[in-house]
Amino acid sequence: MVNRKAVFLLMIMIISLIGLQPDSTTKTVNAFSSQVIQHGAVGDDVIELQSRLQYLGFYNGKIDGVFGWGTYWALRNFQYEFGMEVDGLAGQTTKDKLVQASNYDEGFVKENINQGKDFSHYGGGDRNAQQQQGQGDQSGSNVTAVNVPQGYSQNDIQLMANAVYGEARGEPYEGQVAVAAVILNRVESSTFPNTVSGVIFEPRAFTAVADGQIWLTPNETARQAVLDAINGWDPSGNATYYFNPDTATSGWIWTRPQIKKIGKHIFCN
Amino acid sequence: MFRWILIGLLALGIAGTAFWGYMEHQEKNSILIQAENTYQRSFHELTYHMDLLHDQIGTTLAMNSSEKLSPQFVEIWRLTSEALTNVGQLPLGLLPFNKTEEFLSNIGDFTYRTAVRDLDDSPLTDDETSTLKKLYSQSGDIKDELREVQHMALENNLRWMDVQLALANEDEPMDNTIIDGFTTVEKSVEGYSEGYADSPIIGTSSEEHQYKHLNGKEIREEEALKKGMEILNVENQENLTIAETGEGSDIPIYSLSYQNGDESGYMDLAKQGGHPLTVLITRPIAENKISLNEGAEKAQDYLEKHDLDSMMLFESSEYDNVGLYSFVYNQDGVRVYSDAVEVKVALDDGEVIGLTARNYYMNHTERDIPEPTLSMEEAKEMVNSNVDIQEEFLAVIDNDLDEEVLTYEFLGVMDNDTYRIFINAMNGREEKVEKLDGTEINFAANF
Repeated sequence: MVNRKAVFLLMIMIISLIGLQPDSTTKTVNAFSSQVIQHGAVGDDVIELQSRLQYLGFYNGKIDGVFGWGTYWALRNFQYEFGMEVDGLAGQTTKDKLVQASNYDEGFVKENINQGKDFSHYGGGDRNAQQQQGQGDQSGSNVTAVNVPQGYSQNDIQLMANAVYGEARGEPYEGQVAVAAVILNRVESSTFPNTVSGVIFEPRAFTAVADGQIWLTPNETARQAVLDAINGWDPSGNATYYFNPDTATSGWIWTRPQIKKIGKHIFCN
Repeated sequence: MFRWILIGLLALGIAGTAFWGYMEHQEKNSILIQAENTYQRSFHELTYHMDLLHDQIGTTLAMNSSEKLSPQFVEIWRLTSEALTNVGQLPLGLLPFNKTEEFLSNIGDFTYRTAVRDLDDSPLTDDETSTLKKLYSQSGDIKDELREVQHMALENNLRWMDVQLALANEDEPMDNTIIDGFTTVEKSVEGYSEGYADSPIIGTSSEEHQYKHLNGKEIREEEALKKGMEILNVENQENLTIAETGEGSDIPIYSLSYQNGDESGYMDLAKQGGHPLTVLITRPIAENKISLNEGAEKAQDYLEKHDLDSMMLFESSEYDNVGLYSFVYNQDGVRVYSDAVEVKVALDDGEVIGLTARNYYMNHTERDIPEPTLSMEEAKEMVNSNVDIQEEFLAVIDNDLDEEVLTYEFLGVMDNDTYRIFINAMNGREEKVEKLDGTEINFAANF
């Protein structure tokens, strides 16, 4: 008797599962996760947000997976037009409205991003007309842009990471941030060059530059340290010089007022 | 006997020559590196200046008042001449690059002519504005291409010395990424028929002064250690290292740090009052579990817990599973930009892994903010009419003279670019215009 009941239940479950199957493939799945999406966010939710906004004609930029200013204004306009509270945040109500009003074919959008094609416009109509020729792309990520600090390019960050890695790769993390901060403090200072590359390549400024160690490939830690320094962290205490007391050859450097020692380096100004 | 002496002498001679040769080799290498560095510097500066030039031209488009425009044109003129100098220092001798140089000097000429003119009497004509727009998009193309060459050069460790060699050996087929890149730049310019970074506005007070907001008793080492254990989440006091700053430091600080496998932490604590100035925790960060938005709440809670009240979120962005948040002080609805705080939150479990509050403690005071004499509508009139204003705030900023001024802050859009414009709330002066970016094509993902 108990057995029969169990078999019966199992069959109901299987049937209901089968029943669900075709349903979920034909309908557009709501892929938005439950998170609130805000300015600066990165990822699949942003791709969906941008695609849906573009479908509705609010967003004309690139579908790149980074919530930048263009996406922000598009979202606000959407909220305004649909009579919602205009806050530039994609919360549950906003996302529901978006899903209601637009179609999103995740596979199609991502496939095209992966192939490196630019969308002229994602929306109804002939799909072939929506794509432009682009080069192939081997990377697996769908996000094709990155956040960078205001006023900096990835290349500036890379160059600084090279310098930090060459100068301080054995140092604790805060020591690496401090070295990056010194470079930036020098850019700010009136007695040093005004660009990052100017400071780094100033003759006799950094030993890693003079002996070619700057061209070693930096690791992720060095890059993180540079980002932190650019974003305002300065464990060096606003220093413009540092030296390794074991290897420093110049006596002059000892006369500078010292701030602190991090790892092997003494920071001073 | 004689034979052995001869062998000895010869051996000595060989050793001496070898040594001499080695020294020569070393010397040659170090000179090569130096020359290479000079080239690298010019190249990286060139790309940076082009980038800046593009941004500055863009900013010009959103400006309205002549007091702001003239200096801006001077700035652009200066940048073109810097960029031209950079081009001149590169070993491009045999490579045709003159179109690009011409383009640069055209921008220079144009801006110089406009800069010296009295823009009050004869403002920019429509023609000139459209020229500026064209220059803006063209400089954008050049900038992108140069940035791409730069990316490849950095990625593959390309040497300018090799470029020089490749250019000198004309018979060989030229196959060099840098040369190809520069040729592309030149090609794209042919198609046309004719210092400072845009610094983040927050915490801008470039003038160094005493810390204004460090209050409270001086704390002792034991108290500092206790505070450190709490903030850095360390259970055992023995694991913490503590150090004091030397005479060069602007204020006396305790620095605390710990190291535990691949996790480490560091913090600066002002002796006076025991306020945390810098906190940095490093550890491997797993996949995102919480959103950027939830992270913002964690950051806000954290600030309130550490006596940083009435801070409002001003900007957020996500880098490698870390949420970075900028907060500014909010005095009765007015954003005070110089009192800024940054917080980092790990988006795997929501732990706060970084704080920097130097700017806040350096600049913060309870300010006597006057009533604006201009209304919001009057201030809007002062903004370039091509800018479509979307958001408005009241804000206190440091102007070019490093004075704190009350302004209306407008966020607006013009031709897909977003601008932040500050209009003085007392006299209507255009205090600052900034073009906002903050995202970039991921070069690494495009190859």
